[in-house]
Amino acid sequence: MPALKVEHLAKTFPLKRPLFGAAPPGAHAVRPMSFQVETGETLGIVGESGCGKSTLARMLVGLLEPTGGTIEIEGKALGSASPAVFGKLIQYVFQDPQSSLNPRRTIRQVMEAPLKRLHGMPKPDRDKRIAEIFASVNLREEFLDRYPHEFSGGQAQRIGIARALAASPRIIVLDEPVSALDVSVQAQVLNLLSDLKARFGLTYLFITHDLAVVEAVSERVAVLYFGAIVEIGRAERIFASPRHPYTSLLAKSAPVVGRSLTAPEQKGSELPDPLNPPPGCAFAGRCRRATELCRAREPELKQMGENQLAACHHPLEH
Amino acid sequence: MSAFLALLFRNRLAAMGLAVIAVILLLAMATPLLPLHDPDVIATADRFMRPLSEGRLLGTDHLGRDLLSRLLHGTRLSLAVGIAAALIAAVIGSAIGIVAGYFGGRTDNVVMRGVDMLMAFPYILLALAIVAALGPGLMNALIAVAAVNVPFFARNIRGITVGLAGREFIDAARLAGMGHTRIILTELLPNVLPVIVIAMSTTVGWMILETAGLSFLGLGSQPPQADLGSMLGEARSAMISHPHTSIVPGLMIFLIVMSINLLGDGVRDALDPRLRSGALSRPRATTLVRRQGATPPATDDLLAVQDLRTEFQVGKRNYRAVGGVSLAVKPGESLGVIGESGSGKSVTALSVMGLVASPPGAITGGAVRFQGEDLIGAPYEALRQKRGDRVAYVFQDPLATLHPLYRVGQQLTETIRSHRNLSKSEARMRAIQLLNDVRIPNAERRVDDYPHEMSGGMRQRVGIAMALANEPDVIIADEPTTALDVTVQAQILCLLDDLRRERGLAIIFITHDFGVVAQLCDRIAVMYAGRIVEEGPTQAVLGAPAHPYTRRLIACVPELGGGRRELAAIPGLPPVLDDLPPGCAFAPRCTKAEESCRQGEIPLQGPALHAVRCLFPERAP
Ligand SMILES: Nc1ncnc2c1ncn2[C@@H]1O[C@H](COP(=O)(O)OP(=O)(O)OP(=O)(O)O)[C@@H](O)[C@H]1O
Ligand code: SF4
Ligand code: SF4
Ligand SMILES: [Mg+2]
Repeated sequence: MPALKVEHLAKTFPLKRPLFGAAPPGAHAVRPMSFQVETGETLGIVGESGCGKSTLARMLVGLLEPTGGTIEIEGKALGSASPAVFGKLIQYVFQDPQSSLNPRRTIRQVMEAPLKRLHGMPKPDRDKRIAEIFASVNLREEFLDRYPHEFSGGQAQRIGIARALAASPRIIVLDEPVSALDVSVQAQVLNLLSDLKARFGLTYLFITHDLAVVEAVSERVAVLYFGAIVEIGRAERIFASPRHPYTSLLAKSAPVVGRSLTAPEQKGSELPDPLNPPPGCAFAGRCRRATELCRAREPELKQMGENQLAACHHPLEH
Repeated sequence: MSAFLALLFRNRLAAMGLAVIAVILLLAMATPLLPLHDPDVIATADRFMRPLSEGRLLGTDHLGRDLLSRLLHGTRLSLAVGIAAALIAAVIGSAIGIVAGYFGGRTDNVVMRGVDMLMAFPYILLALAIVAALGPGLMNALIAVAAVNVPFFARNIRGITVGLAGREFIDAARLAGMGHTRIILTELLPNVLPVIVIAMSTTVGWMILETAGLSFLGLGSQPPQADLGSMLGEARSAMISHPHTSIVPGLMIFLIVMSINLLGDGVRDALDPRLRSGALSRPRATTLVRRQGATPPATDDLLAVQDLRTEFQVGKRNYRAVGGVSLAVKPGESLGVIGESGSGKSVTALSVMGLVASPPGAITGGAVRFQGEDLIGAPYEALRQKRGDRVAYVFQDPLATLHPLYRVGQQLTETIRSHRNLSKSEARMRAIQLLNDVRIPNAERRVDDYPHEMSGGMRQRVGIAMALANEPDVIIADEPTTALDVTVQAQILCLLDDLRRERGLAIIFITHDFGVVAQLCDRIAVMYAGRIVEEGPTQAVLGAPAHPYTRRLIACVPELGGGRRELAAIPGLPPVLDDLPPGCAFAPRCTKAEESCRQGEIPLQGPALHAVRCLFPERAP
């Protein structure tokens, strides 16, 4: 049984109704998408800004109501349950560690909330549990009575992780958990995350725009473009031998020591408009391999090689 | 708290206001205990006694009632009503504001429309209408004044709440299982409370005045009960013949409103976070210069930073943000400055054109030479001429360069026309071309967007277009692509690279991404705790790092194609800049540290091409 199973999950944001005439169809932030994550696996999710990563993540934890599709966690379907029901199964670690902590509450109050509200734990148990969690994320207990502004970014992010752990979830969604951190601290937090996963048997969804980071931490990677998965496959293979032209563009654009600077893409290429999506493949405007077929029919995710799926009419060969 | 009081008392007027209102409050509270005449006893024989008559300190009014007694009782009542009205308005208004701001959407729309409608009426008319509907009386006046002030609170508090409700800690609270009521009470309220207090302290004075106004018109307190407004109203007919009867309550109203408003303004200023840092004065146009020692001689570089020192004085602490940094670029050269946040990269960059905020910042040593001419301490006009035209900046946060209220096209043409003689339409053409250059899709249409209508990545590209607008000789780019997507980043790096090859643009590129410097830069300087610890050609520094910090920093960063792996972290944190250890600043985190590393100053040494600040470099450079 997979830890997380998502089917045809979609989100369309309604637009403001104009003064006259019918409401426009809305912005398709996430187009119907399906995938699964096995227990103990880390699924990396990469894509450019605005491609729907955060919208997907917020739906998965119940902060945003999907417009369609289902979410199943360990076989349990979560319809339109409230974040409190989701909270026990799946938790979220935010990109900006400072802004995810209430400036006027102590760390102890922050840590107690999930224990009290989600698990109804009595005070002595809570203290014990907080001590355990703090030990596991290498934070000192004396931090508990301080306020968020007294912490560095790396410490604040560890507190964010500790809070997510306090709910004893099965899955943690990590939305750019290290991009606000310094490089030397980034590595500390990434290593901590991998320790915790092994220790508590967690499953991760790791959202980022940094390909090198996602490759270093994930088993599988899903590439999002324009609200849809365009390719999904083993982390070590997907950037080395991409099948989808967009994945290949991403991999070629990533700055790498020892590779000379080349613009992998012509200047004139156009980006799709979310309010007025193109009929066929959303990437066609930027794709060198695009044909009439691509502009007419949207490609579906198809098996291409072992454990790799891509949505492309003319995939790259290797 | 004590910091707050210190700030408050630095403001003389506020302190004075506090003193006056404290005395008045004390008197009002003590009124029932004082040996006063009964305020309502009529003695027509004693009418209109002058102040300082026997037994009547302030004289009597037209019915022979003791004015001092009426004044104190009236003050007591006016204060009570005003404060009660302020409390009621604050509670109801804030509740409306918080609910509208938190739930947003339709709730917000409906509620705020109603509030707007209330606000559309002239203030006093609305109050009059309410009293007219409810009938005269002090209680009804109180209700009217409170009602009239509710929209003010609702608007203010809604604004703050909308900002807070979008913050991630609210989402986190929902995921922790908290319900809406609990979130509003325990997460939002503590954050908006200071704003409510400020709004109250700045409005309670006006509310007292408004209540007095209604009483003056006979709609508030009813005879014989005295409040300041009704005292003034009753004294109206005798204003010419017996002026003291109106002067006494008038003066009291003046004192109350004046002192409360002075105090309220003081409270608002003291709580303003911008003033918290200790800077009560306006920031200066250029960075303060307090240079000690000789200035280094000129070189033939295009832009040279020489032994630059920049410090921040915050309270008693002195943060040495830049502690003797030397950098130089020649035309067409690009230099990468790498370091973690707080290592002084940005302050170095900002010091070049005197853009470090002063106070608290000051340049305390060294020189910055553009074509040999020292820019530090140069007059503001000279710097302004060079800013943008010769030396341009690109910042990480594009909102720092873009004005939110003007279209990006307007801002670009403005920039172009401030340094060059072009017609409006020519400048617009150039603006569109610049937007095309930085790969903004649909530039012809986007040129008329406001900054907030663009995505972060697009705003950053506009920021780069602004920097390129006047074809500067040097671009100082402070993490310009950190917030961008890799495909856009690749485009921008190529654009910068083309410019330096074609036009001889010199680039100082600040980043923490080794991949980016490796691709764009000829040379690299690595900074740690305000100093350069290693400098040399890109290949040499990245291929064979000599400083232990450089080597371990490179090891921290995952590289594409390396596969799944454990990363090599550097334990510990960079040192605090106001308490730097003697000797090597990296020593507390360095595995190779010896006693000698902690002793004295370690120079940046080695062949000029690849210098390192370490006693035991990784490999002879
Ligand atoms: N509340 C909203 N109303 C309308 N459109 C929205 C809303 N939130 C997001 N969108 C749109 O949905 C799309 C996906 O947004 P999302 O925040 O999920 O992107 P993302 O991949 O997380 O980007 P980033 O890397 O910048 O965080 C974008 O086109 C965005 O403009
Ligand atoms: S479907 Fe066609 S346009 Fe889309 S990525 Fe594949 S080749 Fe390119
Ligand atoms: S000087 Fe000493 S402590 Fe500093 S980096 Fe070199 S070896 Fe390490
Ligand atoms: Mg996001």
